[in-house]
Amino acid sequence: MTQKPLLTLDHLAVRFPDRQVFQDLNLTLDHGHFLSIVGENGAGKTTLIRTLLHQLKPSAGTVRFFPNRKAIKIGYVPQFRNLDKEYPLTIRDFISLNLSGIRLPWLSRKERHAINQVIQQTNLAAIAQRPLGMASGGEKQRAYLAQALVEKPNLLILDESTASLDNVMKYDLLELVKKINREQKLTVIFVTHDLPLAKQYADEFLLLQRQGYQTGPIANLPEDALVSAQHGGAAHV
Amino acid sequence: MFSLPFMQNAYLASTFIAIISGIIGVFVIARNMSFLTHTLSEIGFAGAAFGIFAGWPPLNGMLFFTIISSVIVGQLSVKADRREASISAISSLFIGLGILFLSLTDKSSSYATSILFGSIIGISRANVWQVALLSIVVLLIVAIIYRNLKFDSFDPVGARVKGLWTNTLSIIFLILLALSVSVAAQIVGSLLIFVLLTLPAASARYFAHTVSKMMLVAVILSLAGVWGGLYLGYLTNWPVSFFIATIECLFYLAALGYNRLRQG
Repeated sequence: MTQKPLLTLDHLAVRFPDRQVFQDLNLTLDHGHFLSIVGENGAGKTTLIRTLLHQLKPSAGTVRFFPNRKAIKIGYVPQFRNLDKEYPLTIRDFISLNLSGIRLPWLSRKERHAINQVIQQTNLAAIAQRPLGMASGGEKQRAYLAQALVEKPNLLILDESTASLDNVMKYDLLELVKKINREQKLTVIFVTHDLPLAKQYADEFLLLQRQGYQTGPIANLPEDALVSAQHGGAAHV
Repeated sequence: MFSLPFMQNAYLASTFIAIISGIIGVFVIARNMSFLTHTLSEIGFAGAAFGIFAGWPPLNGMLFFTIISSVIVGQLSVKADRREASISAISSLFIGLGILFLSLTDKSSSYATSILFGSIIGISRANVWQVALLSIVVLLIVAIIYRNLKFDSFDPVGARVKGLWTNTLSIIFLILLALSVSVAAQIVGSLLIFVLLTLPAASARYFAHTVSKMMLVAVILSLAGVWGGLYLGYLTNWPVSFFIATIECLFYLAALGYNRLRQG
């Protein structure tokens, strides 16, 4: 018996009043796969993610999760978080924020165990009691990742999470994500401008362009896919 | 000192006030709402003045005004960039109303002073029960929504992408803040409520690094402030609110100094 995919997009389109962001987008994402979404600025990467998160309604087509949206827990690591140097919470307390909902105010033994586990997994044990504000860029990204993982998601979305990191840090982070993806069969969507990074870690790609899209195994991602976006990306930094 | 019934009442009421101020204050600081808290205290003054004008107990007038206006502020200032301007607009309207209602009543100006600066002599046992009841209601609601409130206050980006009902949470929190402001006004007066609702929590950030420990430190600092203030007020016959404000400011300066030392 073949397993159902985790997610399918059928003829998906999103339209803003002033422009069509993308249309007729078809994609299947299987369990345990690592998909990289690449594209120029304005090609609709963020719009697509927001549609997956049900923050935007598609103007046509459907997004389907299997068995259903409720059964799929999404862990999301957003691109921007304005946490300054004075941000007071420890890394451990920051991670625990995601255990939200109407529950007892204090953490249960099971929840504490889940936090410990994720701290180990993301190599944060040595600095878990340190205020997050004092952490380095790479440590912060690992803390954001740990926070997203603590609820044991089936799908992890990294939205340009490496954009602010130096070369060493971004490979470290992706190495970690890839390890979790492999060991736990966690499905990953990684939005990025960084083609070498996508090529090294993803299984497949979705290239969003102003005139359509391409998708396939990562080996087929054209080398010059983002020539203009690479420049755009550099201008960003 | 404790043989005097009014001092007993003042100590009891201020204990409840310090506890809820410390706890709510941690969220006020995390959500950057110090300015709104200041405004709500002015609105509390207008509410008390309205209460006197309408023949209600001042606390009821305060609750009425602060709750309604916090909901209006919440609706008007969903967008952060508009928040300060809309809060200023509402605050000026309410100070104006407070002055109007005071001038329309036949009470003397000493009544206005006791609303603005607080009065410990005026606190009856019935007031203490009222303060206790309101404090328990605030604490219960905080306990129920604690996890979500914590997430939304300390990581609004994460809470929003998780799909938490952040707008509803904001409104609930504003109502909790309005209740706390009205309760705290009993002792420190509406002019200085924000001292208790902001300074202990702002200081606690430098001493503690989890939400629960910050709440504990903020409660201890505000208890030290109100108990110390009452004691010094009793000894010197100077206004209690002066001592509370001074003590809390000293704590805050000490916290900043401690932080500087620690960072070397």
